[in-house]
Amino acid sequence: MTCCPPIITLENVTVQFGPHKALQDVSGCFGAGTLTAVAGPNGAGKSTMLKLMAGIVRPSSGRVLIAPEVRGQIGYLPQISAVQRDYPLSVLQAASTGLWPEVGNDRALTDARMDRAARALVEVGLRGKEGRTIGQLSGGEFQRLLFARLMLQDPQVLLLDEPFAAIDAQTTHKLIGMLLDWHKKGKTIICVLHDLLLIRKYFPDSLLLAGKCLGSGHTHKLFEQNLLSFDLDMAELREPDEVHDHD
Amino acid sequence: MIDLLITPFADYAFMKRALAAAVILALGGTPLGVFMMLRRMTLVGDALSHAILPGIAAAFLVAGLSLWAMTIGGLVAAVLVAFAAALLVRTTQLKEDAAFTLLYLLSLGIGVTLVSIKSDGVNLLHLLFGNILAIDAPALWLVTGASCLSLFVIAALYRRLVIDGFDPDFLAVAGKGRGGAGWTNQLFFILLMINLVAAFQALGTLMALGLMILPALASRFWARTIDCMLPLAMGIAVFSAYAGLLLSYHLGAPSGPAIVLVAGGLALISALVGRLGSVRAYLMQ
Repeated sequence: MTCCPPIITLENVTVQFGPHKALQDVSGCFGAGTLTAVAGPNGAGKSTMLKLMAGIVRPSSGRVLIAPEVRGQIGYLPQISAVQRDYPLSVLQAASTGLWPEVGNDRALTDARMDRAARALVEVGLRGKEGRTIGQLSGGEFQRLLFARLMLQDPQVLLLDEPFAAIDAQTTHKLIGMLLDWHKKGKTIICVLHDLLLIRKYFPDSLLLAGKCLGSGHTHKLFEQNLLSFDLDMAELREPDEVHDHD
Repeated sequence: MIDLLITPFADYAFMKRALAAAVILALGGTPLGVFMMLRRMTLVGDALSHAILPGIAAAFLVAGLSLWAMTIGGLVAAVLVAFAAALLVRTTQLKEDAAFTLLYLLSLGIGVTLVSIKSDGVNLLHLLFGNILAIDAPALWLVTGASCLSLFVIAALYRRLVIDGFDPDFLAVAGKGRGGAGWTNQLFFILLMINLVAAFQALGTLMALGLMILPALASRFWARTIDCMLPLAMGIAVFSAYAGLLLSYHLGAPSGPAIVLVAGGLALISALVGRLGSVRAYLMQ
């Protein structure tokens, strides 16, 4: 994987919840401006890894190093199921929470700021739905809302946890386009994904995880080496000592 | 009609003080109740309200019906139970609700036993169900102080509390450099404890949560957004306080339970005919 200069570095990181090790001795790095997919079977520790980099979860051992220039510049898009979708907020109010890094608890959400939130909603295709409550949105619309929030937050590093799970093809296409635009602007994007088609088509770099790091590097090389494969049974991934890092 | 609705409060000082205490509790506690409901903490709040009893009972054993001794005793018990629950959740397989259930039942048992050692059933009933008609000036000041503190903290941190309830992980990440989010739960526990202890004199340990939570539940069936939910819940709470005291006066019913009955009745009616997520809305789909 291209790590020059590294924005996020994991050094022998283990994360343990009670007796269960979600991640074991994982090392690796993510370079500035890269677009990386994190793949692996269910329970592989993909979401834990994102939360680790976001600072939501702390390592039981090892270190996570965040480059000084991106500290406070990390945006995290959770799985939809982690957000309270029945919370009594309008779509515009929910989008405007993306302005939190700018306004915090004290500064006013002025008309100009709310206009920006409204424009972000238009950009993700939610024009005319600003006044609805978030509970009235479909799964795809809700994911668009979370992208609008991320757009307002405007971080340098984006960590996305299964952003295209259970949404329609049109929405996926729209949101992938936004990701690619952000990548072109130099943002670092790390995205947990299950869909190997999407990974091969859009993500230059990949990291394969199954509790341990099974491999990382250029996506096409991982496909060539059958570490990533359409025939791959994610539940029967190879042991980590059989593979090498492909930086 | 005016005689029926106003005279009890105009004629009797104890009714005036009771109304003042109930309205202040309603205004201060209900916003906290709305946020607790949205954070799915209502059961934890209920458990904590029962858990303060042993502290109050121990203070009662030592110092009798002293307001300040019982306030301090209640706060100490609440803190101990919150810490014990956190310890159980962290070190055993018990989830938060189960840990609190274990501790509150234990607390209730200990509290009732302690009070029974020294006292008759009247004092036990007083501690369990309160006596808002016996509120004196110091108790009124305590209730006022607790409510003002709650309102001030919630107003000062309103945006943070809303985001933290909606998506706590977002705040944990985006809040870095702005204080993070980790302490919001602890803040809630502290505010809840202070309000419960202040309210027990009026409504008792078993009923103290009623005026916080029931109006919040009722408002959920009418208001779409939290901006509307908060004032509506406060209005329902104030009405419940007034109507409950009035009913209690005219029917000779105990005042605390009468207030909670009105608030609970309104919540139930809202669940049946409210415009959002009610039985009526379900049938009209």
